[in-house]
Amino acid sequence: MKYGRAVATASKRVEHDDHHEYVDTTPEELAPLYRQMLAIRRMEEASAKAYSQGKIGGFLHLIIGQEAVCVGATAALKPEDYVVATYREHGHAYAKGVGARPIMAELYGKKTGCVKGLGGSMHIFDKATNFLGGYGIVGGHVPIAAGAAFASKYRGDKRVALCFFGEGASTIGGFAEGLALAALWKIPVVLICENNQYSMGTPVYRSLAVEDVSLRAIGHGMARDRFDGDDVVKVKRRIAEAVDRARTTNEPTLVEVVTYRFRGHSMSDPGLYRTKEEVEEWKQRDPLGRCRQRLLDIGFPQADLDAMEADVKAEIEDAVKFAEDSPPADDYKSYVIKE
Amino acid sequence: MAVISYREALNQAMREEMERDENVFIMGEEVGHYNGAYKVTQGLLQRFSERRVIDAPIAEMGFAGIGIGAAMVGLRPIIEFMTFNFSLVAIDQIVNNAAKIYQMSGGQYHIPIVFRGPGGPAVQVGSQHSQSLESYYAHVPGLKVVMPSTAADAKGLLKSAIRDDNPVVFIEGETLYNTTWEVPDVAPGSPSELIPIGKADVKRTGKDITLIAWSKMVWTCLDASKVLAEQGIECEVVDPRTLRPLDVETLATSVKKTGRCVIVEVGWPVAGFGAEVAYQMQKHCMDVLDAPIERVTSDDVPMPYAKNLELEVQPQVADVVAAVKRALYME
Amino acid sequence: MEEGVLVRWTKKEGDKVSPGDLVAEVETDKANMDFNIEDEGVLLKLLVKEGDTVKLGAPVAIIGNAGEDTTALEAQAKGGGAAPAPKADAPKAESKPADAAPKVAAKQEAPPADKPAAKAAAAKPTAGDAPPSSGKLLASPLAKSLAIELGIDLRTIKGSGPGGRIVERDVKAAADGKTETGDEAARTPSPPARSRQPEAEAEAETGTALAVRPVDALEAGDWVDLPASNMRRRIAARLTEAKRDVPHFYLQRSLDAAPMMAFRARLNDLLGDRGKVSVNDLVIKAVALALRRMPECNAAWEGEAIRQFHRVHIGVAVAIPDGLVTPVVRDADQKGIGAIAAEVRDLAERAKSKKLKSHEITGSTFTVSNLGMFNIERFTAIINPPEAGILAIGGVMDVPVVKDGQVVAGKRMTVSMSCDHRVIDGALGAKWLQVFADLVEKPESLAL
Repeated sequence: MKYGRAVATASKRVEHDDHHEYVDTTPEELAPLYRQMLAIRRMEEASAKAYSQGKIGGFLHLIIGQEAVCVGATAALKPEDYVVATYREHGHAYAKGVGARPIMAELYGKKTGCVKGLGGSMHIFDKATNFLGGYGIVGGHVPIAAGAAFASKYRGDKRVALCFFGEGASTIGGFAEGLALAALWKIPVVLICENNQYSMGTPVYRSLAVEDVSLRAIGHGMARDRFDGDDVVKVKRRIAEAVDRARTTNEPTLVEVVTYRFRGHSMSDPGLYRTKEEVEEWKQRDPLGRCRQRLLDIGFPQADLDAMEADVKAEIEDAVKFAEDSPPADDYKSYVIKE
Repeated sequence: MAVISYREALNQAMREEMERDENVFIMGEEVGHYNGAYKVTQGLLQRFSERRVIDAPIAEMGFAGIGIGAAMVGLRPIIEFMTFNFSLVAIDQIVNNAAKIYQMSGGQYHIPIVFRGPGGPAVQVGSQHSQSLESYYAHVPGLKVVMPSTAADAKGLLKSAIRDDNPVVFIEGETLYNTTWEVPDVAPGSPSELIPIGKADVKRTGKDITLIAWSKMVWTCLDASKVLAEQGIECEVVDPRTLRPLDVETLATSVKKTGRCVIVEVGWPVAGFGAEVAYQMQKHCMDVLDAPIERVTSDDVPMPYAKNLELEVQPQVADVVAAVKRALYME
Repeated sequence: MEEGVLVRWTKKEGDKVSPGDLVAEVETDKANMDFNIEDEGVLLKLLVKEGDTVKLGAPVAIIGNAGEDTTALEAQAKGGGAAPAPKADAPKAESKPADAAPKVAAKQEAPPADKPAAKAAAAKPTAGDAPPSSGKLLASPLAKSLAIELGIDLRTIKGSGPGGRIVERDVKAAADGKTETGDEAARTPSPPARSRQPEAEAEAETGTALAVRPVDALEAGDWVDLPASNMRRRIAARLTEAKRDVPHFYLQRSLDAAPMMAFRARLNDLLGDRGKVSVNDLVIKAVALALRRMPECNAAWEGEAIRQFHRVHIGVAVAIPDGLVTPVVRDADQKGIGAIAAEVRDLAERAKSKKLKSHEITGSTFTVSNLGMFNIERFTAIINPPEAGILAIGGVMDVPVVKDGQVVAGKRMTVSMSCDHRVIDGALGAKWLQVFADLVEKPESLAL
């Protein structure tokens, strides 16, 4: 496998693996993962529509195309484990258990949003599901994830923290320092680089001297992994290895998952830095479509799939209606200083 | 009343709070085996072990962030910056994360963390190590900024800071560590062991003019007050102790009494915190002011190394005396 | 109260004094009061002459042991530089009472002029020489508010601050009348600098103490400014407020005064040496009875309600040399004419010698003002708030009247009622005047 346990490469492009080897799974395992991926896809599409209608403002960064990474990785966690993510985090929050209603209401800037209209798309937090937030300034959130994991080790409560970031964040100091300290202090954190090949509009080969981000672990004596993110089950399995390592030995892992975003960096990005052909090529291998096919292939009934998809559609429609009908945000003063 | 040093007061505060609360830990460069670059954490490693007194490598952004993450999930970190000059490489963590998470999370996560260490000019350490950065932090909603001037304030305020549920930027006077002050003998656990954050303190009473200063400049103002008292001028020295939140009421009460105000800070003049204090004082005391509010600051230059130049740059007793006389129309 | 006039010393230098002794009488803006001493010793030096205005807290006398040297304290009291802190057994500079409850105030407090700021001013009066740059009157906010409080006209003060800014010490010095600047400017009517800069005047037309008045356009020497007494200032403030805030309207009516004059003559015959009843006394009684019969006019506007008084206290305007006071005849409706006459005479006499106590000049529910003795036919008066009315009494005039179709000699008195329209409407006032007229025209009813 081309991406597994990678070595340094000087190639200018990350080539995609055409030889898919599905990881063994069962309909019982895969169906809920597919459902999450589909719900995230539909939620992102609904938010894009609302954005184009002017109902959602600011920046809106969609994860369409990358759903397998957050869904597979989060599936390897226990509920008490922590997740820290970037501004592209609607999917991660949903996968961790945050409802579509509070997410959508937050995008709409409503009082019923998960952070009461104070955060918006980039700052979803949910204490109930241990979702420690979406961070708009990347890099600095890597030490924060390490900090949550540090607390776990300090207290001995065996919780693990997952930290998601793009390959674009791998050049900033916060990532470097978080990586260094996690390795030095043996902090039970799994650092997941979602390498979607573009740091905003800059392709990997123009932003990294060595395109394999996972290699950074070597200098710190840290465990590492690297694989493509097309198969949600594979993501789950490989992240589970790292999570298990963290839980049992406190050892952190740097994992790089190669993926691709189908949309622009944000809604305002027309994506002129890449060809239509390239995007189409990746869409052919859409992890969501592949997951659906795989589900049918391993015997999940079509009727059940239809019912599930209808259910997802209803869930997202309900979330949009909830957001539309919710009262506007009305309090910006209460959460500055805790009295 | 025991007379102890500012350094010892800080050490006692941390020791007592770490005894009291298992969730309190200290992390920073040289805080453990080295016993602190300024010996403020002396003996803490021995008492609390490496689990709670954690030597960090040179990675302020990293360990400040680890503190924030730990605080999110319930610990109470004390993050020591060897000096506040180094906090600038962690300012993303302090401003973008510590100060914001309570708001960004809609009140779900609060950050009970203390960022502490020495600030302000030291002695002949050059421009990168001699800065007063309090106005950087005082500018940011979501932070509290504390700058004690005496050992008693240092102890009572640091304990309050550690117990506060918000990020507190606690800037110690780098040249104050050896100063001594009477610190009340209060048993840990007694309510009087805490000095509330956000409460100013009148360090000297006087009827003619109000001097507002914090940290090291309180001492300069007290010295200037002695000189002026010999000339029949009675200064009132008010130490806000906390810059954010600022105890405007106590400050304004004094200015209303005297009708004149001089603000003394060791920071730079442009957008220095004294400018905000001056705004607040003119706003609340307009009708009783007899003279423009004076500010005494360091010169608007990076700190030079040579001792004579370094002294010239910083506010001295003579500068304060001159400002007082200007405000009294005496020169 | 900020200052008062020391009217009379009742002890002289060399007298022994003990706690509780009356040493002086002081006139304030309200009333006269006694200044009792609270120390034991000998009155060594009187620092204030009778008739001088003294600021609250300023020293007025030195008390000590017989034969002690008072030079240093005298110098200190005059503000002549830093005197050494007086020793406990040294003679004490005695200051005047603080407020209505006389007490000895601030015995050893350094006088205001001894403040460092003022000292500096005496030493270096440099900045003040610079002319105001903009033509605006420059004063610190504190100086402005202090000037209003102390009733000082800022235009009479020379500022000692930068650019001629008037600062606190200048106002205080002017109030103390101690510095050459304040003194000179206040008493010598030199025109304000602004009057020579007419183009600046429009700009200066802001702020109470700074307002430009036409008189400013006159040349030097065209006028004299007579310092207003406390009483004058108080009258000015109160009447301005009353005329501005109370919606006045006026009702006038002529009465047949002949029966009252005859009645008065009979009463005075009966009284003989025991006293004398004036027209005014009869009017007071008539007003009081009319108010008793129509309590709607014995009332005050309280914003949310009309307060009707159960008792009738008549204020009687009395002219005194530098102003006027209105002592009060309490329960005038209950008192006999003779009693009213005696009381009014006593109050008027004491008013003229400023010996009224403050309770004797407060609490009236309606006021009578009479200028009949000056042969004024009719006039209108300004209501004394919170009262709802005042009755202005003109003189009793011999006039031709038509009686039974014939012109005959008659006696007429014209009264003008000023009404607070918030309390008294026209018809109500007219009705009350009818009741009053009936009483005056049938004066025997006043004795019932």
